[in-house]
Amino acid sequence: MATAKEIAAQEFSSIVQSHRQQIFRFLLASTRDLDLAETLTQECFLKAHRNWASFRGESSAMTWLMRIAINLQKDHWRNRRMQFWRRTQTNSVDLDEASEWLSSGERSAEQKLLAKEQVAHVWEAVKGLSERQRTVFLLRYVEEQELSQIARATGLSEGTVKAHLSRALARVRAELRGQQ
Amino acid sequence: MNGKAEYGDKAGQVHQETELKTQEAELEQVLSNFRMSVHAWSESAYSQPRTVAKAAGHRVWRRAAGWALGCVLLAGSISGGMYERHHQREMARIEAARQAEQQRIAAEQRAREEEELLAKVDSDVSRQVPSAMEPLAILMAEDEAR
Repeated sequence: MATAKEIAAQEFSSIVQSHRQQIFRFLLASTRDLDLAETLTQECFLKAHRNWASFRGESSAMTWLMRIAINLQKDHWRNRRMQFWRRTQTNSVDLDEASEWLSSGERSAEQKLLAKEQVAHVWEAVKGLSERQRTVFLLRYVEEQELSQIARATGLSEGTVKAHLSRALARVRAELRGQQ
Repeated sequence: MNGKAEYGDKAGQVHQETELKTQEAELEQVLSNFRMSVHAWSESAYSQPRTVAKAAGHRVWRRAAGWALGCVLLAGSISGGMYERHHQREMARIEAARQAEQQRIAAEQRAREEEELLAKVDSDVSRQVPSAMEPLAILMAEDEAR
């Protein structure tokens, strides 16, 4: 007979298996820094493990984990701002490199180039977004989450999420118009 | 006439709507490409062998090295400053000693010169006085003989 502790450990292990990649992806898109995304992902699951007993299933495990990840990256940027001498030291990849990752599909070379340029413009727009706008934008358009899910993960109301999303999209549109 | 204007308005509206739809479709396509590129990038990074512990170790090591280097530089600048001060003091002490020695030598030299001058004067005087007194001594000797 497995004890309650063992069952909890197995449950947590399956949560890690099923959500780790998504959390990592969100943190990678937020920071554009592989090392940092990996470190924050580890911290996220460490924190989740410590608080696993207090998780009551009021929201989905994914929403709960995403909330931890959002807070961790928020804390990271806040600390970074305070430690002003670290501002220059960043491992973020540049926007061109981040835009390289497009599946070739059945596109022509010209189409691929155009798509790459457009993706680079989206990155440029994301870079200029506020922390909240960026988080909401990435959760909606990279993680394809519903507005209600985003609201729960960020602790914002759905109306505020919509407003942030609308501003973020306006910025993306403006950036794309500037490209044309 | 009126019907034509109405037709024109409707055509304009339809054209505008079509254009908006095209723009929205384009935006959706761009956002879909963006999503795919992030997913591909993340998948590629995720499937690579984990080097995070090492990277984190590197970070700790870099931070420690940074601190150590900072401490060495600080200690170096402090000890350099102290050495420089000590060196300046030592140089000033040597210079003062050298000047004192020079002054002592100069004083000795002056004293020797004065002594030599006095000795010369003395010897000149002691030689001249007898020769100057010589005729007087002869006269005194003659008087005594008489």
